[in-house]
Amino acid sequence: MALRCSCRRPWSAWPRTRPSFAKSTPSLRRQFSTQEMTPQICVVGSGPAGFYTAQHVLKHHAKAHVDIYERQPVPFGLVRFGVAPDHPEVKNVINTFTQTARSPRCAFWGNVAVGRDVTVAELREAYHAVVLSYGAEDHQTLGVQGEQLPGVLSARAFVGWYNGLPENQALAPDLSCDTAVILGQGNVALDVARILLTPVEHLERTDITKAALETLRQSQVKTVWIVGRRGPLQVAFTIKELREMIQLPGTRPLLDPADFLGLQDRIKEVPRPRKRLAELLLRTATGQPGQAEADRRARAPRAWGLRFFRSPQQVLPSPDGQRAAGVRLAVTRLEGTGEAARAVPTGDMEDLPCGLVLSSLGYRSRPIDPSVPFDPKLGIIPNTEGRVVDAPGLYCSGWVKRGPTGVIATTMTDSFLTGQTLLQDLQAGLLPSGPRSGYVAIQALLDSRGVWPVSFSDWEKLDAEEVSRGQSVGKPREKLVDPQEMLRLLGH
Amino acid sequence: MAAAGCTRLLRAVSAPLGGPARRWLLLAGSRAGAGGLPGSRGPGSSAEAGLGGGRAGARRPLSQSAPARSSSEDKVTVNFINRDGETLTAKGKVGDSLLDVVIENNLDIDGFGACEGTLACSTCHLIFEEHIYDKLQPVTDEENDMLDLAYGLTDRLLSCVAHWNLVLYFWVIDEYFVDTLTKPRPAFHTSLNQGEFD
Repeated sequence: MALRCSCRRPWSAWPRTRPSFAKSTPSLRRQFSTQEMTPQICVVGSGPAGFYTAQHVLKHHAKAHVDIYERQPVPFGLVRFGVAPDHPEVKNVINTFTQTARSPRCAFWGNVAVGRDVTVAELREAYHAVVLSYGAEDHQTLGVQGEQLPGVLSARAFVGWYNGLPENQALAPDLSCDTAVILGQGNVALDVARILLTPVEHLERTDITKAALETLRQSQVKTVWIVGRRGPLQVAFTIKELREMIQLPGTRPLLDPADFLGLQDRIKEVPRPRKRLAELLLRTATGQPGQAEADRRARAPRAWGLRFFRSPQQVLPSPDGQRAAGVRLAVTRLEGTGEAARAVPTGDMEDLPCGLVLSSLGYRSRPIDPSVPFDPKLGIIPNTEGRVVDAPGLYCSGWVKRGPTGVIATTMTDSFLTGQTLLQDLQAGLLPSGPRSGYVAIQALLDSRGVWPVSFSDWEKLDAEEVSRGQSVGKPREKLVDPQEMLRLLGH
Repeated sequence: MAAAGCTRLLRAVSAPLGGPARRWLLLAGSRAGAGGLPGSRGPGSSAEAGLGGGRAGARRPLSQSAPARSSSEDKVTVNFINRDGETLTAKGKVGDSLLDVVIENNLDIDGFGACEGTLACSTCHLIFEEHIYDKLQPVTDEENDMLDLAYGLTDRLLSCVAHWNLVLYFWVIDEYFVDTLTKPRPAFHTSLNQGEFD
């Protein structure tokens, strides 16, 4: 019947294709007019990059349909698995993502690993455009002898562990030592230090996992050193997180004034954010706290400190060779100034005893699929303004596009730009013309491969379950950490 | 008394209205966070600072001591000019934050207010004309910490903590792009026009 209608329409000259009958298909009439054809857009990754890109496309195109694929059974990426449990306000962006996912032209499909369950080529066949927003799931390795010893962990795995990332639940970090060393001086390093040192009662009402809470309750860690190769002017963390450390209850800061000699003069001309950060470090290292603060510090049972100009050369084993017992550090000096300053060894060495080593040197993206270009040196997908090089119709946004740095707002801006680029290309006729089947085609493939996608309303059931479990223990949620359990709860 | 909706060209006025400064009313229109997260503010909550996550409240304290106005008719017209030069007009109640105005009027500014008014991002930041800063309470460390992440820093305020006082005239420039690595983007321009008082 619908076919007959379309025959009478003035634009029946357009080639007819076999209509798809999925319930989300727009009316056939629309499919036969390029004017009103629904662009089918695919986004891979449901963290901030994926959702903000989807949001932009949906907002600025009245017809486009966006499908968001996610490897985990649950959405939101690092907002759920990266942001620290004691930073719940940062997770408020989940509300806007939820609105997007619920919109009629958007669908979320979790538990689908692109590159394994479905290839990028198959996605490009089914959609007019594919946006890769899958972030950075690897960590930058230390590359030193002793890295394999028990007691050496990546900060990324530790964060995944306390945040309920399924693949890190078996981590079982040993917190029976009194000193931990974190290598790297970014916000992740501060997050890890803060979670290790925060009085555990402050974590009890957060969404930290039950297992992590119990392990931290037993922790013997009293001192955490956060070690960087360069100096105070090159720290990668931001001031808000530093301020939080300085004010951390039950702890005192350990900074060596010698690291700050001459800093006052060097910061005169630096941009404001760097200047304020350096000034706060300087004040903390060399200033006299008021009496109340001095008392608080004197009483504090735990401590954290920053060590500068130290580059890790080796993880030292315990006498029986069974575990990490320290880090051998090369003393460095700086060549050059500012962000571009390089650390060069002086020849001196220093050993720092500890029982736990956490490497926090940055994240790294992985290539998702052999058909997608990848720059192993930079760890990103080669692109120009979000258009993947030599791959028309393929885009990227977020960390896999620019590298794994920046906060949510940075990724938001970047994702809007990719969305804009995509829509410009659509407008300019640079994307494949003619209708595409979108999810209908992919669903058939997944079905034949025994993959069971989790819809957004499925997630909302899991969400309700987490919130309900959390309520009985005074937490905003008790996270589900076992994908098998999640699928069982959904009837599989 | 206030005639809501009466607007005036900002440029024509360079000094604030005389007379005693008005006291802020209870903060209305706070943003709800996701179901019961600690520190999230429910709709219609009171003047409690209520910023999330246990952070020190960054609401600016009021120093004026004029008698409180209780009229719910006190509305101020705000004009936002977007990067395409279009004007987005909205009204807000005395005591609302400028973030509330954007959100409650559904103003078309992509990505504005990502953290929903909890001082955890910088997507709502505003720039004021020089003389306006003299009228406002000093900016807090916490606010400045978030502003440090915003692009092209000058003297700015985060609108999640900025209020306006009915006696003040603002020319507010809202520039929300937070990308510190790229070149300047056109700013959003916001103008706050006063109703008429006394």
